[in-house]
Amino acid sequence: MFAHRHLLGIEQLAASDITEILDLADSYVTLGRQRDKHVEKLRGLTQINLFFENSTRTQASFELAGKRLGADVMNMAVQASSMRKGETLIDTALTLNAMHPDLLVVRHQSSGAVALLAEKVNCAVLNAGDGRHEHPTQALLDALTIRRRKGRLQRLTIAICGDIANSRVARSNILCLNKMENRVRVIAPPTLLPAGIERFGVEVFTDMAAGLKDCDVVMMLRIQNERLTGAAVPSTREYFHRWGLTAEKLSAAKDDAIVMHPGPMNRGVEIDAEVADDINRSVIQEQVEMGVAVRMAVLELLAENLGGAA
Amino acid sequence: MTPAPLYFTNARLIDPATGYDGPGALKASRGLIDEVVRGTSPTPTDGTVIDCSGLPLAPGIIDMRVFVGEPGARHRESFRSAGEAAAAGGVTTFVAQPETDPPLDDPALVQFALSRARDVSSVRVHAMGALTRGLKGAEITEQQFLLDAGAVALTDGDHAVADAKVLRACMAYAGSLDALIVHHPQEPSLSRGACATSGEFASRLGLPSVPAIAERMMLERDLAMVESTGARYHADMLSTSGALAPLLRARDSGLKVTAGVSIHHLTLNEFDIADYRTFFKMAPPLRAETDREAVVTALAEGLIDVIVSSHLPQDEEAKRLPFEEAATGAVGLETFLPACLRLVHDGRLSLLRLFECAALRPAQILGLPSGRLTAGAPADLILLDPNAPFILDRTTLRSRSKNTPFDRQRMQGRVKGTWVAGRQVFAE
Repeated sequence: MFAHRHLLGIEQLAASDITEILDLADSYVTLGRQRDKHVEKLRGLTQINLFFENSTRTQASFELAGKRLGADVMNMAVQASSMRKGETLIDTALTLNAMHPDLLVVRHQSSGAVALLAEKVNCAVLNAGDGRHEHPTQALLDALTIRRRKGRLQRLTIAICGDIANSRVARSNILCLNKMENRVRVIAPPTLLPAGIERFGVEVFTDMAAGLKDCDVVMMLRIQNERLTGAAVPSTREYFHRWGLTAEKLSAAKDDAIVMHPGPMNRGVEIDAEVADDINRSVIQEQVEMGVAVRMAVLELLAENLGGAA
Repeated sequence: MTPAPLYFTNARLIDPATGYDGPGALKASRGLIDEVVRGTSPTPTDGTVIDCSGLPLAPGIIDMRVFVGEPGARHRESFRSAGEAAAAGGVTTFVAQPETDPPLDDPALVQFALSRARDVSSVRVHAMGALTRGLKGAEITEQQFLLDAGAVALTDGDHAVADAKVLRACMAYAGSLDALIVHHPQEPSLSRGACATSGEFASRLGLPSVPAIAERMMLERDLAMVESTGARYHADMLSTSGALAPLLRARDSGLKVTAGVSIHHLTLNEFDIADYRTFFKMAPPLRAETDREAVVTALAEGLIDVIVSSHLPQDEEAKRLPFEEAATGAVGLETFLPACLRLVHDGRLSLLRLFECAALRPAQILGLPSGRLTAGAPADLILLDPNAPFILDRTTLRSRSKNTPFDRQRMQGRVKGTWVAGRQVFAE
């Protein structure tokens, strides 16, 4: 029984919540492959996608998810630079709240900002990414992808590779995969490992060959260009040489290991085009499809928990 | 007309100067302590008599690190409101920091701040002058003129002077004036943009963080320069265990080095940030519990000299922001005593040691005659009930800003009365 008012992070979810979301999402994968992709579960409800940080893909995924469920969906992009920071957040929250939305999907560049906003509004809030903190629907769609490909979501060895320090995707995935009882590894340059990572319940590697050995799943992370110019990593080419996923490095993993990436990819930086496009290994396109299904499931479960006033 | 003397009878005298904690009485007149009697209290025949009923009577607290919004941000805190908060917290003297707008880097500004303060504040107010022009860390200020204008020390407040050459010049120049340099040891190239201490907890919250070593690094650099210049140096707030070894080394080798710690770093740790509670956003950030333990021990054992409130008022809007964007700092004047008493109730600090760190040592470092129960010292006194329980309601705070980390927390111990120069400025 999913008993949450908001989805702020994986941290607040129990393993049973995750299973419930994924089970429901499975049915929406099926629906999404039919000609008629509509189900009127959110009919009459208003969903606002409030993005303080640009994201075409996540916003489109949430928009499609809401529309397929029959909600009225509005997109709002707030350029942080055009207004004074912070004032925007609370003021915008109160303004939107007055429009009586039922579901508010929020992305913000500051960790904790979505939780702060959730305190100020009466509707259900979905975290679509807050700073370096959490990106729960990404972890859930990754979990769904893994479960469908591997037939299970436990006792797998999963390596998360790249800019762990600055990645909310990594944090949410570590939490999610640990809750589902997997063996989680992180592989990164020492400068891109967050302090205390060894206490996250993960095995820590700085070497790809060692970290990828016998893995079932290889999750690559996107690395921002500004980290590749000497601040954290000497150069793009040295990064690719040491941590870029190539077929050769991937050969250390299990033969049937799958390769994931949250997108958008930097081909030739964190992942070689050959691996990214390998239809036998790469599930990157499938992740996008799972994204819509998982977001439909989460929207529906949160809508079911809306109070009578909604 | 000679004003009538003031008697405190049946008190538990807490005198850190002599190490006396026991029954006694105290007589004050003309703003000074006249006489201190140990043991059974005599029965006065004239003047005002305050029967302390066995409660502790101690020297008023001297708070070396207080940010007031004058000039420039009076909506956050004025000298009047800061004075009221101080009196209620048992603080009879505070030292305003030069981080104002404009900063106190000019003798006229120091004079202005002090005259404003003395007109409206019910407690004694001193000020520190800026160490560098505009607190920018590039050019040294007119130290002699600032001291002549009344500055008790020179500091750039929360700004660490990154350029070693500049700070070295400040120290060398100050040596010729015997001026006290107060510095905030925090390596700015590591702390820039950080709002938490590096570690598992900050990483889980996804907050930009500064490693604890940033404090030790800057302190070690400073101490090397103290050694070569012979300056009088005070590290304003130490908060990490790593900084304690270099401090001890400097102390053992006879350098004129003292150190403070804020009440927040003594009583709170990084976990208090919890779900991004901005009232717990401090600079330096709250530390690991092992660091808190280490600084409490260092304070109890005498390595750290002084407790400060690091009172930093912020308006509501500045704290109603995502954690990374929110303002740093907390108000601390009014909660100074009850917060410190947590350490006493935990058995970590005796009342005597508390008042040594909060009254006597600050007075000695700043060259003030107060901070002790000695005939001839100013009659700056507080009467306290160390056990009175209460729950703090931040809306009742006297500061203009209410950004306390102790809101709705259980506190034990409060001030019954505060006297400055023998005049009562606060009564419960």
